[in-house]
Amino acid sequence: MEIVDLDVTPLRELNQRLHDLRAGDNLTAWRVVNPKGRHNVAVGVDAPVSITIDGHVGYYCAGMNSQAEIVITGNAGPGLAENMMSGVVRVKGSASQYAGATGRGGLLVIEGDAAGRCGISMKGIDIVVRGSVGHMSAFMGQAGRLLVCGDAGEALGDSLYEARLYVRGTVAGLGADCVERPLGDTERADITELLARAGIEGLEPEDFRCYGSARQLYNFQADKFHAYG
Amino acid sequence: MSDWRPGMRESYTFDRNVIAEIQRAARTGLYDIRGFGAKRKLPNFDDLVFLGASMSRYPLEGYRERCDTNVVLGTRYAKKPIEIKIPVTIAGMSFGALSANAKEALGRGASLMGTSTTTGDGGMTPEEREHSKLLVYQLLPSRYGMNPADLRKADAIEIVVGQGAKPGGGGMLLGQKITERIANMRTLPQGIDQRSACRHPDWTGPDDLAIKIQELREITDWEKPIYVKIGAARPYYDTALAVKAGADVVVLDGMQGGTGATQEVFIEHVGIPLLAAIPQAVDALQELDMHRKVQLIVSGGIRSGADVAKALAMGADAVSIGVAALIALGDNSPDFAEEYAKLGTAPGFYDDWHEGRDPAGISTQDPELMKRLDPEVGGRRLANYLTVLTLEAQTLARANGKSHVCNLDPTDLAALTVEAAAMARVPLAGTNWIPGRDAGYGA
Repeated sequence: MEIVDLDVTPLRELNQRLHDLRAGDNLTAWRVVNPKGRHNVAVGVDAPVSITIDGHVGYYCAGMNSQAEIVITGNAGPGLAENMMSGVVRVKGSASQYAGATGRGGLLVIEGDAAGRCGISMKGIDIVVRGSVGHMSAFMGQAGRLLVCGDAGEALGDSLYEARLYVRGTVAGLGADCVERPLGDTERADITELLARAGIEGLEPEDFRCYGSARQLYNFQADKFHAYG
Repeated sequence: MSDWRPGMRESYTFDRNVIAEIQRAARTGLYDIRGFGAKRKLPNFDDLVFLGASMSRYPLEGYRERCDTNVVLGTRYAKKPIEIKIPVTIAGMSFGALSANAKEALGRGASLMGTSTTTGDGGMTPEEREHSKLLVYQLLPSRYGMNPADLRKADAIEIVVGQGAKPGGGGMLLGQKITERIANMRTLPQGIDQRSACRHPDWTGPDDLAIKIQELREITDWEKPIYVKIGAARPYYDTALAVKAGADVVVLDGMQGGTGATQEVFIEHVGIPLLAAIPQAVDALQELDMHRKVQLIVSGGIRSGADVAKALAMGADAVSIGVAALIALGDNSPDFAEEYAKLGTAPGFYDDWHEGRDPAGISTQDPELMKRLDPEVGGRRLANYLTVLTLEAQTLARANGKSHVCNLDPTDLAALTVEAAAMARVPLAGTNWIPGRDAGYGA
């Protein structure tokens, strides 16, 4: 286990060491202590390593992550795991706005709540939120899946493309072109898989409702201008 | 007007273009979308002249005495600043708006001249990287195709906050140009209208931007110059905020800047001309003691070496071209007059770049049309054009006694109109009068 104390090691040095990892390196387990809300911790990692960050982090923690499994034991600031490519990012606490923004792959698990715009412009990432998500989550979501075990705020899935959304609790409101869809075999399998990967037990697919794009705004039509809100 | 007869008087307010637009709007219920840049008459560099050398300034001998043109970009923080051999770069234009051959031709032409080209909304293609010696990778609100591997392959990173054709607007690529390859690159279904966001998804405002820039630096190990591109809306404040956020380079795009597709009302009615924007940006840099430390690249209607030289004299470090580069490749060429006629237009007027039917094979994804642009030939044409821009700028610099084109300065200029004097902040020719010089800038 490689331990890096951010009270004594500059962030630049931590990130550089993580970027310098090569396939076959034996430094596969890292622990980062005293993050104390610092921004850009463990960004741009591209190696199959596990990194535990003990405490709270600021903006963009695990940004553009590839391959790595990153666990944050505290809360995360804005832009957690933005544009993630692959790997797993898990935050034990809650995440601020834009969690998983534009993510293209991998799994993001938020064990607490996520603020507004969770999964904004998601492009293939899977996001599981144990608690609730704020307003405009999955805005312009293009691909991937967002599963929310709690409630969703206003304008869920506004201007949605092909991302699939699952919510167990109440939805304060759907955004433009987002509609509820029937829960079929594909959707049940999605939910079962996402719950299992996130390590969440005791919930069933039938506890969730599914939302997707109505695809009515895919090509601009003048007589639908009111639908854009 | 061939059918004019005495007594026929055209309205200045409701001229034929206005009448045609009202009729079109009434017929379709849709606003007009088009490519190109602003077409209305705007104050521009033609409203300025160089004074030249005489008794008080010595000229340099043309063709004999040295006049350098190289510029280094990204000296503020980047470990690996880039050096361009000429003060003209190629602006960001997307693969999607342009064909793969056009993107390759831009890379080839720029590389022949030792300057940079830029990706666009849609990501980096392997062909573009291969043929571009210096490639600037854009980070746009849509983040289409954005990935850390390409970020590391880039020579510089440009965070696009806005563009001159549409400050405050997002991208637009209509369904007819979304082929399978483009759809895959953008993670979108084929054939749908692609409307990119106008704001970034994971930051809001300059304080966030500072952290975003730091993230990009951390991911790329502080190697790459980071540009911030702004549309000419409030350039004094936006430049100051970009500098505060940590930009290495500010790219300022005036309202004459081109676009692949945008509402006509946006192109013609939002933003300010480049002539009025440059002094604001330079003022902000000078007040922060960052002029020449944070480089300024300006774009939006650059056509000739005279435009290049005037932009540099006003305080820019380099210029960027888009529309002019496409014209150099063959856009609006008389060679395709018959085909332009079939589209209801003519060489010199074609601007329906969004429709994907470009006879020149540039703003299209049609495989047959694309073949018309040979990337090597197009690249050569672009290199020729860039050569002329550079030679013309050198000619003017030498005439003003400057051994480097960036040594031109505002005292080398005079304005031909009161408006240009006020906007460019150089004296009206024959006077020392700069209207509104100390008036400051509106919020």
